[in-house]
Amino acid sequence: MATHTTEGRPWTFYALAGIFTLFVMFLYGPMACVYILSFQGPNGGLTFPLNGVSTHWFGALFRQERTGDIAGAFSRSVPLAIIVLTLTVILSLAAGLAFRRRFLGAGLIFYVAIASLIVPGLVLSVGIGLAFQMLGIPPRWYSSALGAHLSWTLPFGLLIMFAIFSRLSRSYEEAARDLGASTWQSLCYVVIPIVLPGIIGVALFGFTLSYDEFPRSWLTVGPNNTLPLEIWAMTTNITSPALYALGTVTTAISFVVIGVALTSIAMIQSHRSRQRLARERAMRAGS
Amino acid sequence: MHQPGEVDLVNCAKSFGETLAVDGINLKIPAGTYCCLLGPSGCGKTTILRMIAGHETPTSGEVRIDGENVVGLPPGRRGTAMMFQDYALFPHLTCVDNVAFNLKASGVPKPKRREQAHEMLARVQMAAFADRVPAQLSGGQKQRIALARALITNPRVLLLDEPLSALDEFLRLQMRGELRRMQRDLGITFVHVTHTQPEAIALADLVVVMDHGHIEQAASAQDVYTKPLTAYVARFMGGQNVLAGRVSAVFNGVVVLDLPERGRVEFAAIDPVPRTGATVHISVRRDRIHLAKQTVGERVNAVSGRVRAIEYQGAWVKVTLEGAGGEDFVVNLPDSEFFADPDNFGDAVCAHWSAGDVHPLSGGAGRSDRPYASGQN
Repeated sequence: MATHTTEGRPWTFYALAGIFTLFVMFLYGPMACVYILSFQGPNGGLTFPLNGVSTHWFGALFRQERTGDIAGAFSRSVPLAIIVLTLTVILSLAAGLAFRRRFLGAGLIFYVAIASLIVPGLVLSVGIGLAFQMLGIPPRWYSSALGAHLSWTLPFGLLIMFAIFSRLSRSYEEAARDLGASTWQSLCYVVIPIVLPGIIGVALFGFTLSYDEFPRSWLTVGPNNTLPLEIWAMTTNITSPALYALGTVTTAISFVVIGVALTSIAMIQSHRSRQRLARERAMRAGS
Repeated sequence: MHQPGEVDLVNCAKSFGETLAVDGINLKIPAGTYCCLLGPSGCGKTTILRMIAGHETPTSGEVRIDGENVVGLPPGRRGTAMMFQDYALFPHLTCVDNVAFNLKASGVPKPKRREQAHEMLARVQMAAFADRVPAQLSGGQKQRIALARALITNPRVLLLDEPLSALDEFLRLQMRGELRRMQRDLGITFVHVTHTQPEAIALADLVVVMDHGHIEQAASAQDVYTKPLTAYVARFMGGQNVLAGRVSAVFNGVVVLDLPERGRVEFAAIDPVPRTGATVHISVRRDRIHLAKQTVGERVNAVSGRVRAIEYQGAWVKVTLEGAGGEDFVVNLPDSEFFADPDNFGDAVCAHWSAGDVHPLSGGAGRSDRPYASGQN
């Protein structure tokens, strides 16, 4: 069988493989340049060659110099992303549960919620900025920007929840109720544990969409920038490799978040089987 | 320890939008009965089970358990427990935690509920599988876990939704025996939904045959099989030939029935005696019929036809006759009788039976002899 498949692959295989190679190069090549240049020596410039290797520019990031308030931007972007994550998980879980039982106007509410995915982010940002100005409320990252981010993460969360719940048989909840569980117990002991990997996916989406968000933050964060806005501001007026160091750090944080999410999903799944194996082994040893 | 419960459905109806799933049925299931709800898919049997369990609310009428109307009570407070068709075992919990779920919901501390769950697992011979998760179990093992999980609630009524349909033939027969034994041991009421007629008559004290949301007949397995009330029941239970004819005479307590193009049937009239000219359905059991080689003139209680199919079944041989018009006529001959003088495909033969084996069917007149139908009186 194996020899048959290596004989005569269609030309489309090579065409698609070529496109994929280009895609990977285009994605990781430029990013690799940024990561390498972020380790530029203290006297190095914005371009190759490297003038020595150091972590000088990473240190420069966290000293509030003319480079801008990177530490401050971090201290706003990370808490904002965590608040968005939490609210996205809670609200889209609740909405997903509500949509499981059909209710009057469910279709309309669904389309209204999904519509915010196609509204251009910059327009939304301008609108929210204007509305807050008219109402006399000063825009802040924890109020207007939080709302703007939720308008982006909630529809995503809801769509993922729909996919998760469409695969969850109703008989699990009925069985729980049949066995005397209250609605709350059925949710905590049965529904949430079964869909937990999906919920972690929603949390991951909520975090990264908020952490990366530029257009919806633009006119809604108020006087203090979030990280994407700060980076944007830096690219226009800073000409030091600190910019590259910043790119490396933010990418690292994104990878850490994704890594934490994926390992926790894997741990949940393997925890149960390991627990089981351990108990089986203990039983065998005991008997 | 186990208290059997009596289930009483009073004018119970359920519609889903325009569709009437259950049409105002009355059914009394005595405490400690093994009851099978039998019918084709879509006949309303599962809806009845779910209304007893509390997973559906009747559109009108009452569901009484031990005399108490339970409509509106949550499923966990009715004294019932349900075994779902796909078992609905919680995939994230081990077998012992699945079985202990009811105790967890009612706040029993972990060591105590684990201990009780282990006892229950031992009872269904699944003690060795306590720490497996459902994905690691076979169909029969899942069913035992589902049974243990339901029984730990100490139900008065156990509701089983097509419990054997997911199993292969061998396991089905084995589990069928175990269910019956379990019901005898516990003494509680079992209500078992099935579309398989041999399963129902093998298990049930009370067989409820349903069609289109109606109860066609509710009686003991033997009565449903040997004395079907209607042509529908006779055909659905199988093992019967159903014939229709016109009453040409009634004299001396004997009814004479003319079968179009098939001959004549005579049988002792039962109450109510049909009028001359009325159309009457009768059934004759396949295993009460004999075959003769030649059609000699016109015989009474006989039909003639050509042999269309012969199937050897071991203890008996199933011979199908293609009659002049009408349905196929099936004769189950004991193998010794068949092989003493075997028939061949295409042979013209005459199937005959005695007047005592004719069972008149009623089209709704004889409903008074339904012992389990609980009326409004």
